[in-house]
Amino acid sequence: MGFTNSTTDFIEYKNSFVKKNEYDFTIALAGNPNVGKSTVFNTLTGMHQHTGNWPGKTVSTASGFCKYKDKNFLLVDIPGTYSLMSNSEEEEIARDYICFGNPTLTVVVVDATCLERNLNLVYQIFEITKNVIVCVNLLDEAEKKGIKINFKQLSEELGVPVVGTTASKPKTLKKLLDTIYNVCTGSITSNPKKVIYSSVIENCLDSLEEKLNYSRLFIKMDLFKINR
Amino acid sequence: MKILTLDKLPLNITAKIYSLNCDDILRRRLLDLGLIDGTKITPIFNSPFGDPIAYKIRSSTIALRKDDVKNITCIITL
Repeated sequence: MGFTNSTTDFIEYKNSFVKKNEYDFTIALAGNPNVGKSTVFNTLTGMHQHTGNWPGKTVSTASGFCKYKDKNFLLVDIPGTYSLMSNSEEEEIARDYICFGNPTLTVVVVDATCLERNLNLVYQIFEITKNVIVCVNLLDEAEKKGIKINFKQLSEELGVPVVGTTASKPKTLKKLLDTIYNVCTGSITSNPKKVIYSSVIENCLDSLEEKLNYSRLFIKMDLFKINR
Repeated sequence: MKILTLDKLPLNITAKIYSLNCDDILRRRLLDLGLIDGTKITPIFNSPFGDPIAYKIRSSTIALRKDDVKNITCIITL
């Protein structure tokens, strides 16, 4: 009897060989719960990360490596969250990673079947980071429901690259990888269109930001807390 | 035009959200799920004991407890 691939969990073993400094870019995978982040993650890294969406299951981030062309990417799968201002434990982890984990690029995976609800998180992420790609997943489901998405217009509307995928079909993820690669190497830039609030709010935010030397998003979060 | 609490809204009747008078955490959660003033909401299924009720909100279906829904008011235009 000896150790086999399955008993030693070979994939993790293999990954432990890749030293921390052997990747060029860190990519965070964010999104609402149940939009297929983990499927995207598994397909890109070749791992079998099992992430279920019930309390206490996904309370940590998972990371894996992925090589595309000449670059190595470290992908980080973070728990699903509806917003960055929430209270549950896994949503806090997601928020902390996006805010403080400092990924090179954040891929926001959104559900094509209920795009509107998902865009809430997209706009919140725009407040923190500049490098964002929106990945519209579950296109096959949307097609079944007769939903068609105009990627070009969505991309213009948001100011960031938008890619349509069906994570269960690995072929469709090539375009996502291409876009990730291009944004990381700087051949595509993403310019998220931020929400502009009424001038009263904007002025207050400006002066608060200046005085507190504090990220705008956190001021907004705190204001929401007071407001509610 | 009639203002009523969401738990009194009959099945398959569409109303618009008017206000959320829930506690802080729940209010935040509901806002995150897309229940903002003016959002169209339709109760579509009842569970066997009438609680929770499934609502159609922005093309997704969300089940909400009666206790939580009591504090949400909505407007029906007749």
